[in-house]
Amino acid sequence: MSSQQPPVGERFRRSRQRRDAGLAVPPAEFSSYYGRPILKPPVWTWEIAAYLFTGGVAAGSSLLAAGGQLTGRPAMRRAGRVAALAAVTASAGLLVKDLGRPERFHHMLRVAKPTSPMSVGTWIVAAYGPAAGLAAIAEAAPLLPRRGPLGLVRRVLPPVGRVAGLAAAATAPALGTYTGVLLADTAVPSWHEAYPHLPVVFAGSALASGAGVGLIAVPPAQAGPARRMAVAGAALELYGAHQVESRLGLLSEPYRTGRAGQLLRAGRTLTAVGVAGAVLGGRSRVVAALSGAALLAASVATRFGVFRAGVASARDPRYTVLPQRERLARRRAAETP
Amino acid sequence: MVDTDDRSTPRDPATGAGWVDPPPRMGFFTDTSVCIGCKACEVACKEWNGVPTSGLDLLGMSYDNTGALTANSWRHVAFIEQPRPAAASEQTDTTTQFLGMPQSGPPGRTGTAEGRNDFRWLMMSDVCKHCTRAGCLDVCPTGALFRTEFGTVVVQEDICNGCGYCVSACPYGVIDRRVDDGRVWKCTLCYDRIGAGMTPACAQACPTESIQYGPLDELRERAAARVATLHERGVPEARLYGHDPSDGVGGDGAFFLLLDEPEVYGLPPDPQVPTHDLPKMWKRAGVAALAMAAGAVVAFLGGKR
Repeated sequence: MSSQQPPVGERFRRSRQRRDAGLAVPPAEFSSYYGRPILKPPVWTWEIAAYLFTGGVAAGSSLLAAGGQLTGRPAMRRAGRVAALAAVTASAGLLVKDLGRPERFHHMLRVAKPTSPMSVGTWIVAAYGPAAGLAAIAEAAPLLPRRGPLGLVRRVLPPVGRVAGLAAAATAPALGTYTGVLLADTAVPSWHEAYPHLPVVFAGSALASGAGVGLIAVPPAQAGPARRMAVAGAALELYGAHQVESRLGLLSEPYRTGRAGQLLRAGRTLTAVGVAGAVLGGRSRVVAALSGAALLAASVATRFGVFRAGVASARDPRYTVLPQRERLARRRAAETP
Repeated sequence: MVDTDDRSTPRDPATGAGWVDPPPRMGFFTDTSVCIGCKACEVACKEWNGVPTSGLDLLGMSYDNTGALTANSWRHVAFIEQPRPAAASEQTDTTTQFLGMPQSGPPGRTGTAEGRNDFRWLMMSDVCKHCTRAGCLDVCPTGALFRTEFGTVVVQEDICNGCGYCVSACPYGVIDRRVDDGRVWKCTLCYDRIGAGMTPACAQACPTESIQYGPLDELRERAAARVATLHERGVPEARLYGHDPSDGVGGDGAFFLLLDEPEVYGLPPDPQVPTHDLPKMWKRAGVAALAMAAGAVVAFLGGKR
């Protein structure tokens, strides 16, 4: 597959683009200091890309669980709650592991800073995590003895779980989308310019992966909402990814080329396969489970693709210099009447 | 506070950070037209601040074997060799070319006149810009980065947990995580020295006063006068960089006089603090979150099975 070729319709759209028209055909020449990057590439490693995925799975699963809880689908509620706890536990582990000083992770809790999406995210996870955990633990109530002090716990847990499940679902959309701001609020060119679209991609990816959990774990007779959630999530994800890949002028290039481009194309294909399988063959347990797995794999590929595109854009000084030159030229043109 | 200042309103960052009646904002003016590339600033900085060695690395970039500002290099002297005379015409040729310097003899004494190149050597001591609107400071989730009473930006090494967010948020690529240490490090504008009324180590060591330290207002006046002088003397390419409080970072606490475009020195031509767009970003995330919730609701209400 040729990665340099613009997608179909790209040439037409270029001529219509208002703001980024000049960026679409970059000048070949620009100066740099021995070709060195101006920006420091992110020091974040695979853990952060993986967290983007696990955080999304947690958010999507909690919405699935709350839906199951409110519409009387116990299998869906149970699967969603358990998956959410597993995913949020993995998320916390990945986030701590990525720190340069993991033993100081609690320093995040010293402050609450609205200017720092990571601080906001810390508090979102701190609100979501215990709620998701409590909801999942409540699923263990039937395993407890009926009598004695544990019998009391057995009676108290289900209502506590219901409240906690709804609290987790209420914070889940924030958990699923703040990560878009986390990446965009950096100087990394292809992340920053994608700020209108990244939360959309991540919201869709979170919904689709939550739906994937449902398709794998819930009998097809009860999984109707998971199938529809897969369609909604895939629509958001594909729309957002298309915007990111085509609307940013030169800064869309890292999303279409190299390893990032391969990952994003793989994500798109897997999403399409997963949705098609869920809608057309979702009545079969095996096809439904395979479709769910495809949606989860699609989410992994999309998250790693977006992550790597940003890293690639920070490593090449042309993605720093050329768009800034354009911005300067536009501002100077506006200043001189 | 989410900073929604208009880019044209200058403000004092120390007051903005809550300091009551702070001393004047201090900074660096680095005049690259008199830099001789001696690297005394790099050495003095390392000595005073106890910055670990960066190892011996021959980069093949003229006399620059430091490469960039890193966790272990808080001053970095850039060397650019250009095939043109020092007082060239207005036409700025920005190609960088390695001319094989140093030669076996002094320029002008080796070879014939025809074989000789006209060239100029640009040298520039780069440093943390101590931005008025600092991306690193805005995004730090632990409060390890803080604004001093002098308007500078400093990392508290006992707080930093090495999350690395500031590294990606710096539009100049300055702040950096130290590999074997896990925390981030950068120029403190010698917070310990200036607090005691002393000059930062690099400026103290600079033999040509290329690095000038002082109250920022004074430095800006001095810099404007210096540019005017250079223009009079036939150096039309002299320009200031980072002096303008209306630029994308609200002006730099450490600014420069350059003799070519910023990107030639490895500086971004139009840096912008990432948090400039943060309110818009949260709005978009809010819309996406609503779409996500709506998607889930529709999935459960949209059909019988």
